[in-house]
Amino acid sequence: MISIKQVEHVAKLARLSLSDDEKKLYTEQLAKILEYFDELKKVDTESIEPMAHALSVVSVMRDDEPKECVNREQLLGNAPAEENGYFRVPRIGE
Amino acid sequence: MKYEPVIGLEVHAQLKTKTKIFCGCPTDFGGTPNAHVCPVCLGMPGVLPVLNRKTVEFAIKTGLALNCEIATVTKFDRKNYFYPDLPKDYQISQYDQPICRSGHLTIKGRPIRIHRAHLEEDAGKLVHAGAAGLHGSDYSLVDFNRSGVPLLEIVSEPDLTSPEEARLYLTELRTILRYLDVCDGNLEEGSFRCDANVSIRPVGQKELGTKAEIKNMNSFKAVQRAIQSEIERQTALLEKGERVVQETRLWNEATGTTHPMRSKEEAHDYRYFPDPDLVPVVVDKSWVSEIAQALPELPSQRRKRYVEQCSLSGDDAAVLAESKELSDFFDSVLSLGAPAKAVANWLMGPTIWYLNENKLEFSQTSITPENVRDLSQAVNSGALSSSTAKQVLLELLANAGDVKTLIEQKGLSQISDEKGLTDLVTKVLADNPSQVAEFHSGKTKVRQFFFGEVMKATKGKANPQVINTILDEQLAKND
Repeated sequence: MISIKQVEHVAKLARLSLSDDEKKLYTEQLAKILEYFDELKKVDTESIEPMAHALSVVSVMRDDEPKECVNREQLLGNAPAEENGYFRVPRIGE
Repeated sequence: MKYEPVIGLEVHAQLKTKTKIFCGCPTDFGGTPNAHVCPVCLGMPGVLPVLNRKTVEFAIKTGLALNCEIATVTKFDRKNYFYPDLPKDYQISQYDQPICRSGHLTIKGRPIRIHRAHLEEDAGKLVHAGAAGLHGSDYSLVDFNRSGVPLLEIVSEPDLTSPEEARLYLTELRTILRYLDVCDGNLEEGSFRCDANVSIRPVGQKELGTKAEIKNMNSFKAVQRAIQSEIERQTALLEKGERVVQETRLWNEATGTTHPMRSKEEAHDYRYFPDPDLVPVVVDKSWVSEIAQALPELPSQRRKRYVEQCSLSGDDAAVLAESKELSDFFDSVLSLGAPAKAVANWLMGPTIWYLNENKLEFSQTSITPENVRDLSQAVNSGALSSSTAKQVLLELLANAGDVKTLIEQKGLSQISDEKGLTDLVTKVLADNPSQVAEFHSGKTKVRQFFFGEVMKATKGKANPQVINTILDEQLAKND
């Protein structure tokens, strides 16, 4: 069973601030999802290779050929703040 | 109690590809900020990364040279954490199916095991406004030119037992990467970065002690000093009965100590999961054997050849083979038929001295293999003394030219003329009667003095063998 403490931890890692009601709600909802995995675990997967993807496509690669970069002004223009061609971000340290 | 250090190293080697690992932006960084970026390496929503085949090839190449097992299936995972230099809030890396595992490289005849090597993308670069570092700065600026540049992270097992061994391991690893031509290996510019995991334990104890991870070292010397300082810090703690805390510490070059990295992160919890945007790579056996067949001669093989076929000492072979450029040049001179020992001495002595003195790379000099062959022929034929040969060598390194012309222009031709030298020896002996008397009274060491006087008079250009013969004759006559 998932605990409120675990939900708080996951929320903190994801930089989410949750109210007490939300914590309670998400604990219940996540518990249901995890219960469903218990259900899935009943399926016999003995002879099946674990897979990381649903697709059967493998080894998609491209050649090491440079491509035209996207217009710099346009990209910088998307950012909330820009300074001398850099993306400007708020203070990082405490 | 006596303690022993246990050291493991993590190296991030920037791969020398033309484009980034998951997009076609060029890998050159520095210069105009954010000039080599696109929606993929800026982590915009809805974009699709596509793996650069060359990065996989370089990883396999390196893995083979490091005696690793190459995975038959390898995949990419997301490593989740927040930092402004990481636009997607996750780094694409490899978690449980790295491309290379279980290899080793050899230092001083001892194998140092490689745990794994995996591909990942680099992050952007931060500039902190209004302060030298992060702290005290009001805000930061981000340049994403480096974001998505391919890295191969090579992780050793904790097999190293001293700061000196750590340095040897790094030197050998860097030499191998340079031979393979997959990485520049420049610590100062950050194309070869090293973190060290250091712990100590009582001698004889099997279990490992608590480790600290040391970062921020940008030279081999710094790595050595940082590890030494960390060993001393941990030893002092244990001797006081305190405990080592598992943490990341930063090396401070100015104070020569490490200090804990301030971090608000919770205990590392990266929540790795397979990147749904990238499908697994099935590594074709024929691709691996193709790469294996095209591997160049590796440093260890080259050293062995120098010892076995060129009769160089192990130390000389090591010095020469450490630089691929220099030893490639050495090989070209040998292929022109010049004698190995003499050429090796010129390269290891005056040439390396010249490069260090002028802070140059060998490729920045103008000397050619033909020059060195001509030089060795001139010495062999007696046209040039070995001391003047050094002068000519330095001249060639600096300004290029032709050995014959240089000898003529500079009047460096060796004096082998017997008549002239006989006169000179006679004069030296006549000018120094007391030393001649000493010689005859048994102080035969004075002979060196006469030899030196003749050399001085000819500015080092006299043929030593001829002087010796004449000296012996004259001194015998005076007896």
